Amino acid sequence: MSILVYIEQAEGKVKKTSLEAVTFANALAEQTGEGDIVAVALGTIGNEELAAIGKAGAAKVLHGADSKLDSGVIQAHASAVAQAFNFIGAKTLVLAKSSLGDAVAARLAIKLNAGLVSNVVELPKTDSGYIVKRSIYTGKAFAETTVTTENKILAIKKNAIDLKQEGADAQVESFDVALDDADFASKITSTERATGDVLLPEADIVVSGGRGLKGPENWGMVEEMAKILGAATACSKPVSDLGWRGHHEHVGQTGIKVAPTLYIAIGISGAIQHLAGVNSSKCIVVINKDPDAPFFKAADYGIVGDAFEVVPKLNEALKAEL
Amino acid sequence: MKILVCITHVPDTTSKIQFTADNTKFDSTGVQYIIGPYDDYALARAVELRDEASGKLTVLNVGEADSDPTLRKALAIGADDAIRVNSAPKDSYFVAQQIAHYAKEGEYDLILMGRESIDFNGGMVHGMVGELLGMPSFSPVMKLDVDGSTVKMAREIEGGKEMLEASLPLIAGCQEPIAEWKIPNMRGIMSARTKPLNVVEPISQETQAEASKYELPPAKGAVKLVDKDNVAELVKLLKNEAKVL
Repeated sequence: MSILVYIEQAEGKVKKTSLEAVTFANALAEQTGEGDIVAVALGTIGNEELAAIGKAGAAKVLHGADSKLDSGVIQAHASAVAQAFNFIGAKTLVLAKSSLGDAVAARLAIKLNAGLVSNVVELPKTDSGYIVKRSIYTGKAFAETTVTTENKILAIKKNAIDLKQEGADAQVESFDVALDDADFASKITSTERATGDVLLPEADIVVSGGRGLKGPENWGMVEEMAKILGAATACSKPVSDLGWRGHHEHVGQTGIKVAPTLYIAIGISGAIQHLAGVNSSKCIVVINKDPDAPFFKAADYGIVGDAFEVVPKLNEALKAEL
Repeated sequence: MKILVCITHVPDTTSKIQFTADNTKFDSTGVQYIIGPYDDYALARAVELRDEASGKLTVLNVGEADSDPTLRKALAIGADDAIRVNSAPKDSYFVAQQIAHYAKEGEYDLILMGRESIDFNGGMVHGMVGELLGMPSFSPVMKLDVDGSTVKMAREIEGGKEMLEASLPLIAGCQEPIAEWKIPNMRGIMSARTKPLNVVEPISQETQAEASKYELPPAKGAVKLVDKDNVAELVKLLKNEAKVL
């Protein structure tokens, strides 16, 4: 018996969040005695990249190399993962929460008759029953969820576990996936992706700007800070509503939820809806000229001051230190 | 075209989240309930599509009688009739089964809902219903146009979006900017009172992953303020104290 991990890739590179899922599965297997970790990866990926999944804790990688699986066709990916699950006789599937992962996991829950828990924040308690802690109310609370099915699916939240990269290479096996026309009933006609940047939902550091920056022409210093830190840029809802920045940067209740190690908020007051998108961050820094901005209550560190004065100075200090 | 929109009845986004009964129940004291914000986007787009195609739009909620005002609001926004499956929404699997059953009975061409509820945030129900009905499912969908039986969509992915094409029938979990939220007008509110709201019983009680106990995150310590003329101090703190650089 093994735990299966669904690996996501972007342009042939395995996503870091998927490697975190492998590390999570490995720790879970040590606890439950579920044996080795098997990863299933789909589409065109190099052998070296696949073998490196072993470092995070996988013994074996099943590779469904069909190039039709390069893009994330939801139905096809769900079919392929279900076949891998049954092939190895797994009882547990672990995956990282993502735009594709969520959509695939929901279909798999029915295909595999498996209780699905999403937004998992730590290893389940398995000594009596199977209790999984997950984030609810958009990060404002947690729920203990009791899973009663024999098969289980855990979709883990970013930072649920610290990635380990210390194991040996995994054994890579090719895996024949049987797919039919129904699996490809929908087609992806094109993809638009922000180029060259760190992807916001997966970023370890996020630099975010609000209406306090007064206009899109003032984002240069935010982008500079992001560049110095290797961070992703983000914004508040008013900023994306005003069209200063794209919706894919909008962090908050109805936007992207992020869970970086460090979140730096510049000129954002900290409305409750914005906090809902960032409250899973490990460390929050707030720069705002209004000492009464509610964001300071949710922050670890703060500077009360005008962003146009503070940010250029902070950028210089960061450059000097890093 | 027959459209089904599934909505959740959830605490307003500004609600203070608290629990009672030894942390086993949500404390609804003083809490205002709303149509889930993502469901509201789905509903707004569905009203537009219904008007374009002169179709019929049904809203469905799995919930107890306290959901009725929320369903009435959806009727005021523009739905033609409403179905309430009379049970607390126990878990995603439970809700998906009810929706799949009544959706099959109603033979809808298009089933829309929010990408996720804002209470449990699972984002699973659309995919589960899709699999139960053998229909393709898509989420999070930020644009959706129907041309005959062809549906063109944009789905949000990490750092961007992908454009998709599929055929009816299908299911989509929606988010902004698929449509602007609609505020009910007086005529809508008046007509909502007489539109049908049918209460039906759940077809099964089966669950797979029910929440049993809740907790709040530990209280955050006070913010450490750094003088604006000494920003190098902040860099040191982030590096040496917080260890995040």
